[in-house]
This record gives sequence, C-alpha cells and structure tokens, in this order.
Amino acid sequence: MLKEVAVTTLAHPREKTPADDLLPSATPLQLIDQDGRPGGNPDGLRLPPPDVLRELHRRMVLGRRFDAQATALTKQGRLAVYPSSHGQDACQVGAVLALRGQDWLFPTYRDTVAVLTRGVPVEETLSLLRGEWHCGYDPYQYRVAPQCTPLATNTLHAVGLAHAARLRKQDQVALAMLGDGATSEGDTHEALNFAAVWKAPVVFLVQNNGYAISVPVAKQTAAPTLAAKGIGYGVPSLLVDGNDAAAVYAAVRAGVERAADGGGPTLIEAITYRIEAHTNADDANRYRGSEEVSAWLERDPIARLEAYLRAARLLDDDAAGRLAAEAERLADDVRQRLNIDVSPDPADLFEHVYAHPTAALERQRAALFAELRELAEAEEPAS
Amino acid sequence: MSAVTSPQETTGSGRQALSPPAPGPAPVTMAAALNQALADSLAADERVVVFGEDVGTLGGVFRVTDGLAARFGDERVFDTPLAESGIVGTAIGMAMNGLVPVVEMQFDAFAYPAFEQVTSHLAKLRNRTRGRLALPVVIRVPFGGGIGGVEHHSDSSEAYYTHTPGLRVVAPGTPGDAYRLLRQAIRCPDPVIFFEPKRRYWSKETTVLTADGPPIDRAVVRRPGRDVTLIAYGGMVATALEAAGAAVEEGWDVEVIDLRSLSPFDDQTLAESVCRTGRAVIVHEAAGFGGYGAEVAARLTEQCFHYLEAPILRVTGFDIPYPPPHLERFHLPSTDRILDAIARLQWEGDNA
Repeated sequence: MLKEVAVTTLAHPREKTPADDLLPSATPLQLIDQDGRPGGNPDGLRLPPPDVLRELHRRMVLGRRFDAQATALTKQGRLAVYPSSHGQDACQVGAVLALRGQDWLFPTYRDTVAVLTRGVPVEETLSLLRGEWHCGYDPYQYRVAPQCTPLATNTLHAVGLAHAARLRKQDQVALAMLGDGATSEGDTHEALNFAAVWKAPVVFLVQNNGYAISVPVAKQTAAPTLAAKGIGYGVPSLLVDGNDAAAVYAAVRAGVERAADGGGPTLIEAITYRIEAHTNADDANRYRGSEEVSAWLERDPIARLEAYLRAARLLDDDAAGRLAAEAERLADDVRQRLNIDVSPDPADLFEHVYAHPTAALERQRAALFAELRELAEAEEPAS
Repeated sequence: MSAVTSPQETTGSGRQALSPPAPGPAPVTMAAALNQALADSLAADERVVVFGEDVGTLGGVFRVTDGLAARFGDERVFDTPLAESGIVGTAIGMAMNGLVPVVEMQFDAFAYPAFEQVTSHLAKLRNRTRGRLALPVVIRVPFGGGIGGVEHHSDSSEAYYTHTPGLRVVAPGTPGDAYRLLRQAIRCPDPVIFFEPKRRYWSKETTVLTADGPPIDRAVVRRPGRDVTLIAYGGMVATALEAAGAAVEEGWDVEVIDLRSLSPFDDQTLAESVCRTGRAVIVHEAAGFGGYGAEVAARLTEQCFHYLEAPILRVTGFDIPYPPPHLERFHLPSTDRILDAIARLQWEGDNA
C-alpha cells in the first residue's frame, strides 16, 4: 500500500502509450527478399497491388538512369555537384509513391530522385545542383519543399506544416526525409518530440545508408537501431529493408494512413546503402572497401523487384525493353536540357530578398548594373 | 488582459451604442501594449497563431501573452516543448501552410539555439524559391539588460540578426510604438525579429494604441533639435531623451531619433537629420566592436561627410560578456556617458 502511494506521487500526469507498441521489429521488415521471393518478414505490412509494384519498378529504372546521367553531367561540368541516389532507389521511389497528392515531401540534397519521382520537371529538379538558382521549382505546385542541405532542419518544417494542416482541418501528411547522420542533429530530436506531443501528421523516413559522408553509423549512435529512438519520444517506429521498394512503400503508406487518421507521427528506418561516393567530389575508397560495395550491389533494389515481377508474370521482355527505351529517352532529355547554357539574370539577386526590394537594395542593383554597363563598354572593340 | 480597451471592443458594447466616445489617451505599459497588439492581431486575422515556452497558461514570463490562451483557445495560443529551434523550425512549416506564427523566445540568449533555422531558412526561403515561399513569421525576443538579470538574461543580440539579409529587425522604444510595430510586423509579408526592451516593459505612456502612423521601416524624430543627432533604439530611446533633456543645461539642442527599424535602415530620415545638425552620436547597450552602431556610423559618414563637424561617436556597452547584476550599471550607457560623447564633438571654442 505504501509503495503504491509513493509511485503515484512520483508520476507526473500525462498520456501514456504502451512501450511495446512503439518499438520496431528486431530485424528489418521485408516483403520481397533479396532474390525476389515474396514473403520475407512482413509483420503486418501488406504487399502492394501489382500495378503499384510495376510502377515502383518503372520509377526506379527511370530514377536510376536519371541518376547515372546526372553523375555523368558533373564530369562534363554541367552540374556543380551531384549527390547520387544510386542504391537508395527503393527508399526514394517507394516513399514518394506512397504519398497522396495533397501530402508534402520534405527532401534533402540526397533525394533528387525522390523530387523527380514526385513529378518535378528535370531542369527544375536540377536547378540547385546546376548552380542556376537554389530551388528551381515551385514548392506549392508539387508540394515539395526545397531540397534541404542543413541536415535535419527540414524535419521541423515538416512538423510545422503538418501541425498547421491539423489546425486548419486539412487532410495533409508531411513526409520528412533524413539520413543516418541527421539523426544525431538536435533538430531531429526536437522534430520527433514536437510531432509526438502535437500528434502531428508526419512520417519520418530515415534512409540509413551506413555512412554520413565517411563516418559509419557505429560512430554516430550507440542505439540498437535508429528506429529504436522513436520510443523515447512516444513515436511508433518501423525498421524496414530499404532495398525492398514494396516494404518501403507499404511502411510509408501505413504511416501516412495512421497520420491521416489522427494517430500522429511514425518513424521509419530503412536500411540501405549509398553505392556511389557522397558526391562526385568525394573519394569513398578512403573509408570503405570495394568488397562492401560489391556485397550491396548484390542487394540491388531494382534487380530484386524485377525478379519478383518476372516470376509473377507482371513483367516480360517486351515490357522491360519498352521501359529501357523510356529510360534512354529520359536520359536524352536530361542531356539536352542540361547542355543548354543558363544565364540567370543578375537582377534576380535583389528581387526576392524581401517582398519588395529595400531602397538600399535598389541602390545596390543600380550599382551592379552600372558596373556591368562599364564592363560591356570596355569589351566593345575600339572603332 | 491589459487595462487598455481597443476601439473595436468599445464600439461593440451596448451601453455605448448611441455615440461611443473615441477612446481617449490612457496610461499603458509596454507589456500591456504588446498584449493588446497580440490580442487585436489574433482577433483581426484567423491565420495568426501565438506560441512558445510558457506563453499559454502562464501568459509568458513577462506576461505579454497574459489571458490570450483563455480568450482565443489553445489552438491559437499554445505552449510548446522547451526547444527554440523547434519553435522557429515549426513556425516556418506553419507559415508554409498558410498560418501567421508569432513566436516568443523567452530571453535573448535563449534564442541562440534557433539561429540556424533563422539564418538558413527563415531569412532565405523567399530568396531560395524566387519569391514563391513567403514566411510571414514574427519572432518576439525580449532583449537587453538593466533588469538585474543573472547571466544569459540580458544580451543585446540584434547585430546577429541585422547582419542577416532577408530579415526585418525592429525594436520599439515606447509603449505606443510597441503596439504599432507589433501590429505592423504581424501584417508584414517578411519575417520580422521583434526586439522588446525588457527594461521598458513596465514603463508607461499615455497614448491611444493604434497601428496607424509611421510605417514599419521608418525612423522617427522623438525630439527635434539643431545641434546634434542622438540615435537610439529599444531601451536606449528613453535614456537618449533623458540625456537630451540634461543637455539643455549645457547649451546643446539635441535631436533624438528613435530608429524603430534596425533593418532595413532608414537612410533618408537619418541622413536628413545628421546633414542638418552636422554631429551625431549613436547609443546602444550591445558591445561596440562589430556592433550595430558601427554600421550606422559608417553609413552616415558616407552620406553626410561634407556636412559633418566631428566624427560620429558611439556610446555602447563595453566589449565584454554581459556583466553580473551588481556590475551592470558600469556597463550600460548612461546619460552621463552620452553627455560626455556630445561634449567631444568638436564644438567651436574647443582647443582640440
């Protein structure tokens, strides 16, 4: 009796979620295994219908070709930099296809294929990496926030947008993308905490690709898994095979549905691998061996889904050939669009700093233009 | 709620239905004026939400949000978890989705965890998206010393923000202006860092609270004068006015300008005054080195050089971390230091 009283006094009143409901599975959930066989370890996840599986495959093939073309364009100086999505195709395509039209995507710089998959046109997708403008697309048109470079900061924007949707009685879910490294940032902690307290309709997708540039996950955290961190915030978590597009799709879809039903946020950790270096400017040989990369190439997300689709007679040689041709057309289109020289207008430098340029900015714009006129005059051949 | 009644509340009362008298000037503290500005903004625009640490049930540690949660409900005015980056980061997301967040940082030095969200996102998203993404967010920051606060409770952090393009930075010096500027800031399509001088929260002014008057980006002449322009903002406006009063005995006719808007800077009003008086002193609590006053002195020197009788001087806090309460009086600019600075402005008859 005495003991019970003591316990009551020590517990501050608050809503409690049973801890067991929050923990992820011990091993990553899988719907299609490495060799393309169904089953795996679904643990409540449902295999998406055939048309979704075919679309996941198609978008991954297109995304992979786009990614290879973008990497090639860095070598020709057409892109300032390109952080490749190769290897993480299932995460980026699976997550984006699981969103509904009214939902919002909050991508990072790594998620260019996710942005493309959401329907953003090629040259608008690549404006940032081309060095033309920071964000080339209209976020409201595609419901895609600008690709975020300061790690984890986008997670809070996702929570705020989702909370606003709830306050305004709008059925919208925000998907926050982040990597394993970003889970060490304070903003991730704050975002998970705010989302849980507010029951904000958010899905957090951590693409755990093993490295934050060169630093392996083992040096990033002592937690058993990144998904396990959810319990500390009261956020239910899932651990999935991030190279299984069906599992990523199903997990994100489940998170979106839970959020839309008022069930609050979900944290998903997807185990995947970055096949390329951090960017074209990085040398991955300094921190990882080629055997490790080869082992992950064996777990290729596209080959796996293709094996499944062929075995299930959802894909044949003809369809695969048509898809390959479509991918080549996309690559051609990317090359053509990116081989055009861009010359952004210097006047734009001053245009969108404030809603209306200040008097000081107007003077600076006039000074720059005077300078440009003088330069142009100096370059004119003497008569 | 504050003792001040807004015009709309007065006209709504049945007892005064026949001919409601225009609300006359009444004494009001700066805290009450800010409270009224928040209440009137919440009433006028359903997109406005007010949130932060302790702003709900408690009404804020300075009571600036007193009574707002009870009046407008906990979906409009609410407490957040204790995390400043979280407050500003989620405000950005809410603004993206059509709300107008007005958030409170409890004290100046506790706003620093939000700095990345402010500088990398709040200030830049309009620019990064070529104007597609506007963020009408107001961050209220109680700032400055003079209240006997222990460390981390008295910083003047304005220069960190004025150095960031894309932000508007304002600081009211009087209760009437606190109301006006906050109403204007909440209506402004740009993000606004709104600095509230803690030491003036309880100072009173007899005034009618109105959003009309000088716009958000204009400085005002608080006291006209012919001999020297004294430039101040926030908590130092009252100190500057005191100094101007004392200067009369010394034979100096001092003009006092209240900047109100630190960024953008009202070059026109300031240059007009300084070119006319030929002398200027800028006053702020923050450290002088790399401080806001350096920018003011540089701009006005560029614009008024041929009219200047003396170098533009700064009266600022020392270049030290903010001192403990028993020492802060040595650090803060005083009327004496301002008068000393004025005395050093190369007056006729000086031997210097």
